[in-house]
Amino acid sequence: MTLEQTPLNAAHRAMGAKMVDFGGWDMPLHYGSQLDEHHQVRRDAGMFDVSHMRVVDMRGEGVRDFLRYLLANNVDKLQSSGKALYSCLLRPDGGVIDDLIVYFMDEMWFRIVVNAGTADKDIAWMIEQATIRAPQLQITSRNDLAMIAVQGPNAAAKLWQALPEAQKLAEGLKPFNAVECNSMFIARTGYTGEDGFEIILPATAAPSFWQTLNNAGVKPIGLGARDTLRLEAGMNLYGHDMDETINPLEAGLAWTVDLVSERDFIGKAALVTKPKTRKLVGLVLQDRGVLRDHQVVHSDHGDGEITSGSFSPTLNQSIALARIPSAVQIGDMVQVAIRDKMLAAKVVKYPFVRNGKGLI
Amino acid sequence: MSNSNNLPGNLKYTASHEWVKKETDGTITVGITQHAQELLGDMVFVENPAVGRQLKAKEECAVVESVKAAADIYAPVTGVVVGVNSELGDAPEKINADPYSAWMFKMKPDNAADTDTLMDAAAYQTLVDSEAH
Repeated sequence: MTLEQTPLNAAHRAMGAKMVDFGGWDMPLHYGSQLDEHHQVRRDAGMFDVSHMRVVDMRGEGVRDFLRYLLANNVDKLQSSGKALYSCLLRPDGGVIDDLIVYFMDEMWFRIVVNAGTADKDIAWMIEQATIRAPQLQITSRNDLAMIAVQGPNAAAKLWQALPEAQKLAEGLKPFNAVECNSMFIARTGYTGEDGFEIILPATAAPSFWQTLNNAGVKPIGLGARDTLRLEAGMNLYGHDMDETINPLEAGLAWTVDLVSERDFIGKAALVTKPKTRKLVGLVLQDRGVLRDHQVVHSDHGDGEITSGSFSPTLNQSIALARIPSAVQIGDMVQVAIRDKMLAAKVVKYPFVRNGKGLI
Repeated sequence: MSNSNNLPGNLKYTASHEWVKKETDGTITVGITQHAQELLGDMVFVENPAVGRQLKAKEECAVVESVKAAADIYAPVTGVVVGVNSELGDAPEKINADPYSAWMFKMKPDNAADTDTLMDAAAYQTLVDSEAH
């Protein structure tokens, strides 16, 4: 099978990237050292090609009403143009179809950004639901767009250097807000726990903009560091920390589900009635070693499982997200089975790192 | 990436990407190859066997973990562990910087001739090249 390529494929190769098959996409794992790239984002600024993610534009009368029913979070929280909201897309049984960011632009237009691996099933689900409830809506998969994330404490300063015309429009942007700037859509969002932007732009404009950012001192960062950065930031990864068999309340995402308002939404009835026996927590390994996905966690209240485990370059020790019995408390010690050993780990609140500083 | 052109000619190699050096005192020194460290990426953890442990050829005996993944290291021959490189505990990144200096452990083979049956540099290069396709 031929791998899909983003508009920046040639740029990655020219920059010496080690390319890997990432869910059917030919993507950069690193450009030399994953650790150096991780620190680059925590200490300065880095850029990520996230063009494999999919932009979906939803337009038409009643788009807000439709999203109020489609999404677990409540789009009524979005009242000013450009405001963004993180939400899960749920099955009727409460399982997570995907997690996404939805932007309110105007009452005729909401923009949604979904994960690459789930994009096709997400769009099929959206169209299926719209056919029943809102057939007037236009749901468009924007395969003509690319997306570049610029992240780090110096991301803003370097972005203004690369894109002077955006400074006036975007420097006042608060987190989780976006603004249009000519053909670019600039959002103050990210997946690293640092300040930064995710910029959606025409695919044809992506290679030259990537080069301009590079000239401004924004270094390219691969998917390897993207994963350790998001794990330190305590952000869920679809397919690891949640999927269609897991509901958001057991994936640390209760804060994204609106069960307070009268509003009905797909999955609500299941979430209200389902017993919550497990929860997502942070783990910090007390011994040397590395926590990995699917390792078994033993607690006094029963077993659990690591959903995302790796080495934290910022903390210089191993950390993980784990789904464990609800009775386990923050501060408890648990045992993790690593090969033939049982190693001690402490249960902690996440995030582990924010704005360059360890919180553990 | 797999262009490990300058394989040291004085070493022996295994199919599982360990290098083996025959020392004059009859022991062997074991590490992982340039090709292996390139595949794994930045090292963050090394677990060596205990000194005195008896190993069978091809037995799992050590682990290296990079940010990306864990990899088992195998005993190249049958014998006993006579030393480990404890420097790697605090500085596993030395394997990335210079894999042929950053040795992992030393063994005393039961049968000195076993080491000679391992691959030479040319044979190992052929293996690496074939894995690249």
